[in-house]
Amino acid sequence: MSMLQVSIYRYNPETDSAPYMQEYRVDTQGRDLMVLNVLEMLKAEDTTLAYRRSCREGVCGSDGMNMNGKNGLACVTSLSQVVKNNKLVLRPLPGLPVVRDLAVDMGLFYKQYGRIQPYLQNDEPTPAIERLQSPEERDKLDGLYECILCACCSTACPSFWWNPERFVGPAGLLQAYRFLADSRDTATQERLSELEDPFSVFRCRGIMNCVAVCPKGLNPTRAIGKIRDMLLADAT
Amino acid sequence: MVTNITSLGRSGLSDWLIQRVSAVILALYTLFIVAYLLFNPGLDYATWSGLFAQTWMRVFSLLAFVSLAAHAWIGLWTVTTDYLKSTSTRVGAQIAIILAIFVFLIWGIQVLWGA
Repeated sequence: MSMLQVSIYRYNPETDSAPYMQEYRVDTQGRDLMVLNVLEMLKAEDTTLAYRRSCREGVCGSDGMNMNGKNGLACVTSLSQVVKNNKLVLRPLPGLPVVRDLAVDMGLFYKQYGRIQPYLQNDEPTPAIERLQSPEERDKLDGLYECILCACCSTACPSFWWNPERFVGPAGLLQAYRFLADSRDTATQERLSELEDPFSVFRCRGIMNCVAVCPKGLNPTRAIGKIRDMLLADAT
Repeated sequence: MVTNITSLGRSGLSDWLIQRVSAVILALYTLFIVAYLLFNPGLDYATWSGLFAQTWMRVFSLLAFVSLAAHAWIGLWTVTTDYLKSTSTRVGAQIAIILAIFVFLIWGIQVLWGA
């Protein structure tokens, strides 16, 4: 039973009228490979198969995909973590337009990331040395700065599926809080005023799909709760 | 900033707070009514009518009705913005929902003070 059944979502908009699932069989020789290893073995035989990958060690965030129903990074997800009944189903990240096969158009995801102005803003005179933080101030950024923008969380979020133009999504909101929590950033008021509408933050229903799928073990739901606390403190 | 003109509070923060406060009021009202019914088996019309004749009960009931109206507006508005993608369908549904909530609220007031 070392022949793994792999079912992969295939779609080439130039030649296919509709997406379809293609069945493959892979000889894993009983090894507990990473899902990305399996894709590379298939790619060697079928060069038309399209997916993104780069660092193959969970740092670049390129190979986010849906494996047996759960989003994750193919390079750091082993077969033993996802395969059930010797079957592996690979689909592109849900909710984003498919460019081809497992590659999705990340445009909306990046647009929402851009909206939260993901860079330090400081209107004070530039000091002669670095802007220093106390160890306690720096600690507040832990669990926020580690995000690699793989989009596994936002594409697992129904609120982002239904309103990707207006709901920032868990990845963007984690980064929004990363700059709200930064002691060196002075644009806190401007940032908060961009987030108080019914969609940007408040479309989060707290179902925590983002937390369940984050390959880096981060907690966007907690960051969203902190943003709500800041908005409430600011407006009452 | 994303704006919206048919949400109750016109602000996500205000809607969020109203939703939570109204939920607490509705929970308290539900607990009270259930407890009252449990402690008054064989309830007759005179007792039930007497309960609602008192001012505090009318205020408590109206508070619950207003909470229900706000809670339903915010909740159903959210559902329409999630699932109704055609603008005419969505605005039509939102207007129908808001009108129904208005009618039920006025009707509730009439029931409370009309007896």
